[in-house]
Amino acid sequence: MPIPIAPILGIFADNVRQRGSVLPLSKRTATGWARGLDLPRGGETVLYTGHMYQMVPAIEAMSSQLALLENSFLTRFFGLGRLVNKLVSLSFFMSLVASPKKARRSNQVLRDIVGLLRDAGIEFGYLYEDEFYAGPLLYDNGLDEAFGRHARRVAAHLKKLGVRRLITVDPHTTKMFRRAYPHFVKDFDIEVQNYLEVLAEKHPKAVAPVNGEVVVHDSCVYARYENIAEQPRELLRAAGLAVREPKLAAKSTHCCGGPIESLFPSEAHRISGNRVDQLEAEGKNVVTMCPFCWVNLGKAAGNRLVINDIASTLAACRRKASAGR
Amino acid sequence: MIRVSSDLAARLKKEEGFNAGSCFHCGTCTALCPLGYKILPRKLFREAMLGLGDEVRASIPQIFSCLLCRMCEANCPQGVRIAENMRTLRCLITREDFDLT
Repeated sequence: MPIPIAPILGIFADNVRQRGSVLPLSKRTATGWARGLDLPRGGETVLYTGHMYQMVPAIEAMSSQLALLENSFLTRFFGLGRLVNKLVSLSFFMSLVASPKKARRSNQVLRDIVGLLRDAGIEFGYLYEDEFYAGPLLYDNGLDEAFGRHARRVAAHLKKLGVRRLITVDPHTTKMFRRAYPHFVKDFDIEVQNYLEVLAEKHPKAVAPVNGEVVVHDSCVYARYENIAEQPRELLRAAGLAVREPKLAAKSTHCCGGPIESLFPSEAHRISGNRVDQLEAEGKNVVTMCPFCWVNLGKAAGNRLVINDIASTLAACRRKASAGR
Repeated sequence: MIRVSSDLAARLKKEEGFNAGSCFHCGTCTALCPLGYKILPRKLFREAMLGLGDEVRASIPQIFSCLLCRMCEANCPQGVRIAENMRTLRCLITREDFDLT
């Protein structure tokens, strides 16, 4: 039997209602990445992670478990699983089997984003445990009532904290605050910019070439919803890298399969496999810009490709350039 | 036997996100879909607008496996908001078939 859709969506909606997120994270997991960075608490401009990079290890673990369950008799018990999840968070068990190495790498992406913004002279704070998941999985799956309730709660909280501007770090949270919140939250007037736009606006000076090239994998949401396609290329070139384009790139990018990972794992794997073939035809070093693309393409590629998030790639180039000066 | 629900068609008309009426069945969306579903989205939208609730329900797995990647939409010559249409169908199904509110 395929993964039953209704109980999984029910678990997402229950988790958000009861625990504030589709995949609830402990305070330590959600905010631990910022330890030692001395980020000011709150302020008018804040870096907003939406917990997306922090969820990467749990998402990876969850999708692997679901892939094992797909087409097994155990899918009959998903309804029961939803009932149990109301009492005990099943996602807690996902965090137990999540890879610590992946957690370190995804935390490092966020730390690299902070470093890049600071190098560009941007001042911002962070909300720590006052930051919440923005709700993309609810919205995308048509759970509008649950999403609307959550969005109004998050927006009211941001207003209470005096936040006027969000610097987002992933495509899905960016899309939620820009496209969905204004429809569901009356007078939502918080300015939303993505960190790639913020960095590109500063027109970074080109550094000496670092003798490397990368194949760019665009996120569908950045390229086709948020019009963010030229900025990452500008940043990569300014960091001294040669940019290679796969057959389908920028506005014509090919999906990584991530959006259906939790409901249709084998379909998602087929799509990410197709994309890996396209990327591999252009080179081995691939840059992604979305935590889900990073997870999905990484799983499909195995050892065939080296896949890094753009923030880590840009930060590594800057470090290399400074060391060479 | 085909059962027609005038209610479904009327409800979709009220949904501001649903704009499949201008689709002229050129098939660009089908050709570009990374999933390669042959029925989506043209046949599905036509069934929905005609109020063929059972046919729409038979496509629930396809409706929820749409990637919302907008590859089809970016190339649609008629400007049909395909991804938002899919999301609108998901809203109806989660509310009325899955009872998730």
